[in-house]
Amino acid sequence: MSSVTAAPKAQKVFAPWDDPDATPLVEFVDVRKQFGDFTAVNGVSLKIFPREFFALLGPSGCGKTTLLRMLAGFETPTSGKILLDGKDLSRVPPNLRPVNMMFQSYALFPHLTVEDNIAFGLKRSGYGRKEMEERTAEMLQLVQMKEFAKRKPHQLSGGQRQRVALARSLAKGPKLLLLDEPLGALDAKLREQTQFELMNIQEKTGTTFVIVTHDQEEAMTVASRIGLMNKGSLAQVATPGQIYENPDSRFVADFIGDVNILEGRAGKGLRRDGEEVTGFEYAGGKLSGRANEAIAPGATAWLAIRPEKILVSKTAPKDKSLSNVLEGRVHDIAYSGNLSTFHVRLDNGAIVKAQEANRRRLAKREIVWEDKVWLAWTPGAGVLLAR
Amino acid sequence: MTRKFSWFNATSLAFGFAFLYIPILLLVIYSFNASKLVTVWAGFSTRWYGELLENEAMLDAAWVTLRVAAASATLATVLGTIAAYVLVRMGRFRGRTLFSGMIYAPLVMPEVITGLSLLLLFIALGIDRGLFTVILAHTTFAMCYVSVVVSSRLVTFDKSLEEAALDLGCTPLDAFFSVTLPIIAPSVVAGWLLAFTLSLDDLVIASFNTGPGATTLPIKIYSAVRLGVSPEINALSTILIAFVACGVITASLLEKRRAVAAGGN
Amino acid sequence: MAKGGLGRIAVIAIPYVWLLVFFLAPFAIVLKIALSETAIAQPPYVPVLDLQAGWAGFAEFLSELDFDSFTYLLSDSLYAKAFLSSLTIASLSTLFALLVAFPLAYGMARAPERWRAILLMLVILPFWTSFLIRVYAWIGILRPEGLLNAFLLWAGLISEPLQILNTPVAVYIGIVYSYLPFMVLPIYSTLEKMDDSLLEAAIDLGCTRTSAFWLVTLPLALPGIVAGCFLVFIPAMGEFVIPDLLGGSSTLMMGKTLWSEFFSNRDWPVASAVAIVLLLALVVPILIFQRQAERQQEAGR
Repeated sequence: MSSVTAAPKAQKVFAPWDDPDATPLVEFVDVRKQFGDFTAVNGVSLKIFPREFFALLGPSGCGKTTLLRMLAGFETPTSGKILLDGKDLSRVPPNLRPVNMMFQSYALFPHLTVEDNIAFGLKRSGYGRKEMEERTAEMLQLVQMKEFAKRKPHQLSGGQRQRVALARSLAKGPKLLLLDEPLGALDAKLREQTQFELMNIQEKTGTTFVIVTHDQEEAMTVASRIGLMNKGSLAQVATPGQIYENPDSRFVADFIGDVNILEGRAGKGLRRDGEEVTGFEYAGGKLSGRANEAIAPGATAWLAIRPEKILVSKTAPKDKSLSNVLEGRVHDIAYSGNLSTFHVRLDNGAIVKAQEANRRRLAKREIVWEDKVWLAWTPGAGVLLAR
Repeated sequence: MTRKFSWFNATSLAFGFAFLYIPILLLVIYSFNASKLVTVWAGFSTRWYGELLENEAMLDAAWVTLRVAAASATLATVLGTIAAYVLVRMGRFRGRTLFSGMIYAPLVMPEVITGLSLLLLFIALGIDRGLFTVILAHTTFAMCYVSVVVSSRLVTFDKSLEEAALDLGCTPLDAFFSVTLPIIAPSVVAGWLLAFTLSLDDLVIASFNTGPGATTLPIKIYSAVRLGVSPEINALSTILIAFVACGVITASLLEKRRAVAAGGN
Repeated sequence: MAKGGLGRIAVIAIPYVWLLVFFLAPFAIVLKIALSETAIAQPPYVPVLDLQAGWAGFAEFLSELDFDSFTYLLSDSLYAKAFLSSLTIASLSTLFALLVAFPLAYGMARAPERWRAILLMLVILPFWTSFLIRVYAWIGILRPEGLLNAFLLWAGLISEPLQILNTPVAVYIGIVYSYLPFMVLPIYSTLEKMDDSLLEAAIDLGCTRTSAFWLVTLPLALPGIVAGCFLVFIPAMGEFVIPDLLGGSSTLMMGKTLWSEFFSNRDWPVASAVAIVLLLALVVPILIFQRQAERQQEAGR
């Protein structure tokens, strides 16, 4: 669970990945998967800990679904191992794994009622009749679908089917629940609502969730950690806050949220505004940013600075703490009701995006097209990237 | 989608269906002709139906044909469904091209070739020809038709349903019987009906592969028909047509009702 | 989907072995018979492969094989004529069937949506009715004393009855009639699925209704047309019932030849040889058909 939504009791932050003694529930050991000539997964090593809500994020074709399916047992790795609770899963068929999956299409059995769908897995686990009924009722209660028990899938709405699918996949109380793009088919409002429901259910049942999604906002909302994948490999594995504030490559910085990437040269270490930053030479000027790894001065580097961190003004900034300054002309303004995104064209032709909340009404807006403006941000707001 | 339905379209339909149905209608009408002659209408009569029902040889042949059709249809449906599953779900395996060839070839293979080759096989194996050999022969070519019907359904069948079943604890066999089969059941039934009809109607293969005491209805009809038009055959034809028409209409109505019940998808 | 190795093999094996035994293996036997001599015996040919005799028997068997049946086929012009006749009749029937089926399928595809299910049922209904009976119906119609002539005479269109029965014309009519659903259904299925916006786009870009048909509709309907042609041509080549009942002795077709060699002449080797020749002629079309059919199914995924 993200520390943002931690309960107001003892602030023990959930972070087993930082604990060297914690044992992972799932471990991928150098897993590769090849389909003919195409390498879908290229040497992935990853540890997922109990009670995590882990998100596998990435663009289409990055291998996240393949990785999930290998965990479920529908694909076998070409090389490498997958361990669950320390046991090698390679010889275990999907029906014998303590893992359950919620499918993208929900895959509800159309010829069975909601009840029978949920009880389907229970029947095959040696549950007695009474236990089955109790457990089914419990699951229906969990997803609030009690009144729909006797209906058939085609009589339900998309959101209702999704809940039945979730209940069915949790019925057997698996150690690990896999979710394959579960919210893709829902409209925006329902999606938001369901995200929080999912998080609550995950907390309540204590199950480890691994979700595959291409929607980075979704991943940021629900996940305790995000594994961002690109072309078969893991680009970065970190908490949402970490991955947003401290991306370790341009790919990561660009994939999550909106970002400006400026290409220049790394400079020396500096001390500004009470923190250690690294210099950055760009377009003849000197900027700075936080470097999370050592970059040789003079080497090509990139500065990733988020639009919301940049202040726009019609006059040169006087505040000394805003040591990063660029000048340009307003090329375009994107208005989305609550925010305005200024696309500012610098002298070297690059366009930098700066985003501000619309604290004033449109009619009272000060900065308009073609205005000459200054962009400014604090020394450590941007991140210096080596790749 | 509303498409332009022109006069040309309407005329084509009219002529097309007229061509298809006039011969059948004529058969039916003349089965009620009191006269034996085709071109002379001598008044309405059901005498030919009466004579048909007293024709022991015909009734025997009908009984044989029904038994053969039921048995071969059932066997063909089982084999054909398995074959469809293999073709659609089993992916690549050694010898798949040959298998696929053996499934599709019988659909177009001239019956004289299939009939002759099977007969020679039975002789080589020393199997006496009779009811049993006809059933084996019919099963062999009917299973290919069943396979095509079932596999076209399986292709559109959502694979994740089977995966969900496995995920929830089914063995592959259990998944097939608990999830796949109930859902594709209409296609399997359609396959059975198709196999039944094909067997019911087959002349050539049965002629090659039958034995004493196993004369099928088509064989009887053929020998009667070689001698010319026979009103008893008209009567028999009408009965068969009525039977089939009822069956097809019922099936269509059931299908319509099922489609509406499933939410008019 | 990973399936247990042994289970998977068993499932594949069941239909596979059945077809190997009952479909493929028999062709080898037909070939063997074709290479044997006729005899007044039961079975009416020699040599008979005596497996008891082991290798010696097999060697003897091979030495006794002869190509007499095949040379006989080549020598007697009757068979060459039958082959050519089959080819002609099958090809032309396929063409006629296409000409009749296409407007029908097109009309069905253009019909209002709620009619289409019924129209489809109406096309399929004759198919489910006995093939033999439907061919028989034409005897009554095409005979000199039959209904067609009666009608034409009554309408004053002819003065003497037409001889249609027992001529190749009757065979053409018979084949087109019997195989019509096989030609209509694939074409209808392709046309029905066609995206109307393609036609609209063509017209929008300047095509007339007619040229849009030739440039857009017809090419898109081609897979259906091809499938239909195979479904008619290949079986028609070896058709027996229709030429026998409607064609009379003047019409030669391979199917009839095979039948008469087998049942009338009791000459199994020659009948088998005819079967082999027919099979060889059809192997390529059958393979193309199978390739197309599989591809259609893949596309349906």
